Amino acid sequence: MKHFFDASKALAVIFAVLFMVGCASTDTTEDTSQPDTTEQDQAREEAERDRMEAEKARMQALEDAVAAAGNVVYFDFDKSTLNSATRRVLDAHIALLKENNGSVRLEGHADERGTREYNMALGERRAKAVADYMAVNGIARYRIETVSYGEERPAVAGSNEAAWSKNRRVEIK
Amino acid sequence: MMRPLLLLLLLVAGSARAELVIEITQGRDNPTSVAVVPFAWSGWGSAPDDVAGVISDDLERSGQFAPVKLADMLSLPTREADVYFRDWRTTDVEYLMIGRVAGGSSITVEWELFDVFRQTKVLSGRETGPPEDLRMLAHRASDEVYQQLTGIRGAFATRILYVAVTQRFDAPSTYQLTVADADGARSEVIYESNEPILSPTWAPDGKTIAYVSFETSRPAVFMHDLDTGIREQLTDFKGLNGAPSFSPDGNSLALTLSKDGSPDIYVLDLGSRQLRRVTRHYAIDTEPAWMPDGRSLLFTSDRGGRPQIYRVDIATGKTERVTFDGPWNARASLAADGRTMVMVQQKDNQFHIAVQDLQGGRVQTLTSTTLDESPSVAPNGSMLLYATKSGDRGILAAVSVDGGVKFRLPSRDGDVREPAWSPFLGDP
Repeated sequence: MKHFFDASKALAVIFAVLFMVGCASTDTTEDTSQPDTTEQDQAREEAERDRMEAEKARMQALEDAVAAAGNVVYFDFDKSTLNSATRRVLDAHIALLKENNGSVRLEGHADERGTREYNMALGERRAKAVADYMAVNGIARYRIETVSYGEERPAVAGSNEAAWSKNRRVEIK
Repeated sequence: MMRPLLLLLLLVAGSARAELVIEITQGRDNPTSVAVVPFAWSGWGSAPDDVAGVISDDLERSGQFAPVKLADMLSLPTREADVYFRDWRTTDVEYLMIGRVAGGSSITVEWELFDVFRQTKVLSGRETGPPEDLRMLAHRASDEVYQQLTGIRGAFATRILYVAVTQRFDAPSTYQLTVADADGARSEVIYESNEPILSPTWAPDGKTIAYVSFETSRPAVFMHDLDTGIREQLTDFKGLNGAPSFSPDGNSLALTLSKDGSPDIYVLDLGSRQLRRVTRHYAIDTEPAWMPDGRSLLFTSDRGGRPQIYRVDIATGKTERVTFDGPWNARASLAADGRTMVMVQQKDNQFHIAVQDLQGGRVQTLTSTTLDESPSVAPNGSMLLYATKSGDRGILAAVSVDGGVKFRLPSRDGDVREPAWSPFLGDP
């Protein structure tokens, strides 16, 4: 989703420039004709500014919610089921994804136990479980990419349940 | 400017390779005593390798032989005329091997094997090759001696593939696809990446390999010619592209793809590039392994709830379950006899290598470590290599198919995993 933020910033700058150019040209035409509408214009601008600020605050709240939820969801051994905590994390991402056109990459992982190719399939099953949940909740399939790394890219080193539980995961990128 | 840089990178890759060392942990009771006397050297300088040492180590690693130490040898003959059997009889040596190495633009190893009690020469041999293959010539002599004394074809003059990994959490990890002699010597990095490399496997010609690489940021199956170094990306499907396995005739590759939804087994014809779907199930189907007749495949599926081994007839799609021992069995691989199946088995939360007789059904657990995986049987069916953990490090280990002999091949640094034992190799 990082790419999207960059793109959205760029777009925002472009729109801001266009907006200013637009204002500048209307200002020069308005200057010569009807000076008595200035108060109305000011009220309109103020309302517009308030609306944009409210919108900005709403987006910020969605982004804050995603930041608080984090970009990783976890699974039980040999399982790909989403529990309520996982769904809460995903709901935050879904709310933000609904407000933008960004795409999301879901990277599925497994712990080191079991065979590598089976774990590759298990990682995919986890990523797909997350993708299905997002799709059911209104995110178009073409915006979701899934890839499995199996047990090849652990988040944490170690051969114990504490490490394994951190490695059975889907990373949302 | 490009060329010196490339050369430098190659040198760095070469020096950082994970060298394996061998530690024998369990041998047979009453191994045969054999003395391999240091071979005579004629040529410029000193001998590039200790041929007798290589042969001695080969025989010891099989677990069936106890080589005599140099310090315990009463004489050091290198020619038949210099052999005095009493020197060996008094120390209960059963077999004596002597030989000579002649160096030059090519190198020749000549050797004789004697039965000490019968006081007769039982075998002799002569191997010639380029100087850099001297160790391989020694392994071939080991193969002949092993076959003479056990009746089983030797598999010392073979090679192994494995993946050496330097796992980092603060920087990109390094994955090195490596080929080495079966004793771990002469290791050579054949492909290196910061993205995962897994599931290396040999074609029956012993020259072509296939593996999975994430270098495109997604998994893809690659074929790699070891002689020319030419690589070819075979698949680029959406989803999984994994678990390649060459058919016994080398013309097809079985693999796992999830392009049609869930992971299923497919067979790719390497000539026509036609893809044939073999399994069709919403569960995970993966890790295909060919039966020697090339008509059916073993594979792992969790269609019954947890992973078990199944067999599917490629032509008819008829599928039957093969494993019933224990709640979790995966990654079958078959010895050349077509009936000895090795696999990873989970029992009591531990993962071991187990062997199952496909005809009798008997299952035996071969290993006692806890995170064992990736079993690969030697072409003569005597031993299998597998990956396990020692402390926090991934190491390779070997066990005989009857569980009697064990040795380990830890790397000097980094993790090593996913061993694949080559088929019998022709002349280098």
